[in-house]
Amino acid sequence: MAAKTLTIDGKEISAEEGATILQAAEEHGITMPTLCHLDGVYDVGACRLCLVEVAGTPKLLPACTTRVTEGMDVKTDTERLRKYRRMTLELLFAERNHVCAVCVANGHCELQSLAYSQGMDHVRYEYRFPHWEVDNTHPLFGMDPHRCILCTRCVRACWHIEGAGTLNVSGRSAGSHIITDLNQPWGLADSCTRCGKCVMSCPTGALYYKGSTVSEMERDRSKLEFIVTAREKKQWIA
Amino acid sequence: MDRLKVATVWLGGCAGCHMSFLDLDEFLLELADQIELVYSPVVDMKEYPENVDVCLIEGAVCNEDNLELARKIRARTKVLVAFGDCAVTANVPAIRNQLGLDNAESVLQHAYIEHARHNPGIPKAPGIVPELLARVMPVHEAVEVDYFLPGCPPPASRIKTLMLQVLAGETPKLEGADLKFG
Ligand code: SF4
Ligand code: SF4
Ligand code: FES
Repeated sequence: MAAKTLTIDGKEISAEEGATILQAAEEHGITMPTLCHLDGVYDVGACRLCLVEVAGTPKLLPACTTRVTEGMDVKTDTERLRKYRRMTLELLFAERNHVCAVCVANGHCELQSLAYSQGMDHVRYEYRFPHWEVDNTHPLFGMDPHRCILCTRCVRACWHIEGAGTLNVSGRSAGSHIITDLNQPWGLADSCTRCGKCVMSCPTGALYYKGSTVSEMERDRSKLEFIVTAREKKQWIA
Repeated sequence: MDRLKVATVWLGGCAGCHMSFLDLDEFLLELADQIELVYSPVVDMKEYPENVDVCLIEGAVCNEDNLELARKIRARTKVLVAFGDCAVTANVPAIRNQLGLDNAESVLQHAYIEHARHNPGIPKAPGIVPELLARVMPVHEAVEVDYFLPGCPPPASRIKTLMLQVLAGETPKLEGADLKFG
């Protein structure tokens, strides 16, 4: 495949044609905040935390879904980007009910750690305090929509790694939420194989193993990538 | 030099932030030499004084007393610090907000009637029991806050970092994991 040369944060690099800005950056040790990106499943650009500046375009572009082009000049860390990232994080916190102190994921949550690493000391927007129903009907797993950021990592893991298609997104805008089968209680969703890949993929405390209490939800994300690499490349790299 | 006039206040919170403050251990002795504690749950002072330099507010704004005190503090204090997650995010006390606009009535009903073993009845004595606000707020939604010290509770080391910055006359600035909620 043809290679493209581009600049990221002043560093000249080359990347395979078809690679995303995020892939190209990671290959060269340049990191940026991501939340809906999950190694092993395709990207959808849902969270907008990986937004970057590309010279010649006034719009900010998501690095995880934008492909590299020849001569591209990308900036991943500017005043403007920091401002938008902080805003995006604050909106995520304001949209649902994140009570970190009593959350199963406290201390192991990607949203929480992104917030402090981006300098979020408080949320300037009015909290919405919506009411959602917690689904604890499944024998092994639970879902608490109060902590869901709609990244759809669980949905993609369910459809494209496990192939079960149990999880889906329903509704629009602030009413969007994750459903199981035809919006039935998870415990009645026949298509669920109980594999737990969704729980492994969730960046927050929205999906958890039943019985876990405050701070107990740790996950092994590398398992998902391991399965995908094994399937696609026939390599069993642990 | 005049010692810095410091206050600490306990609104709708569990006192955990103040416990963590007491965990400053021997640093408390150093502090005692450099500040004058003019109002706090740990000193006997009935009325919030005028001309306070720095006030740490623990707790969310949950009832009419909290709101009145927060406004008074703002008017009488130079630097206001939201102290701990309840002050910064409204945290656990704000879970009742999820129950909708009549949540105050339903939590009182639950606590004082459904769970009462003796004399069920909602305490209503005016001037004795402050009315709950319809919606629990983080402090910055009620009055302007200058700095934020998150954590549930903020570990003593984090409080110390901020207090040292304040004492040195620097702009308080916490970074990285010192901003972690929970
Ligand atoms: S999901 Fe993360 S950000 Fe939300 S309450 Fe839990 S620890 Fe906090
Ligand atoms: S449940 Fe978790 S993985 Fe699924 S969309 Fe919500 S935050 Fe993302
Ligand atoms: S990681 Fe790119 S939009 Fe979420």
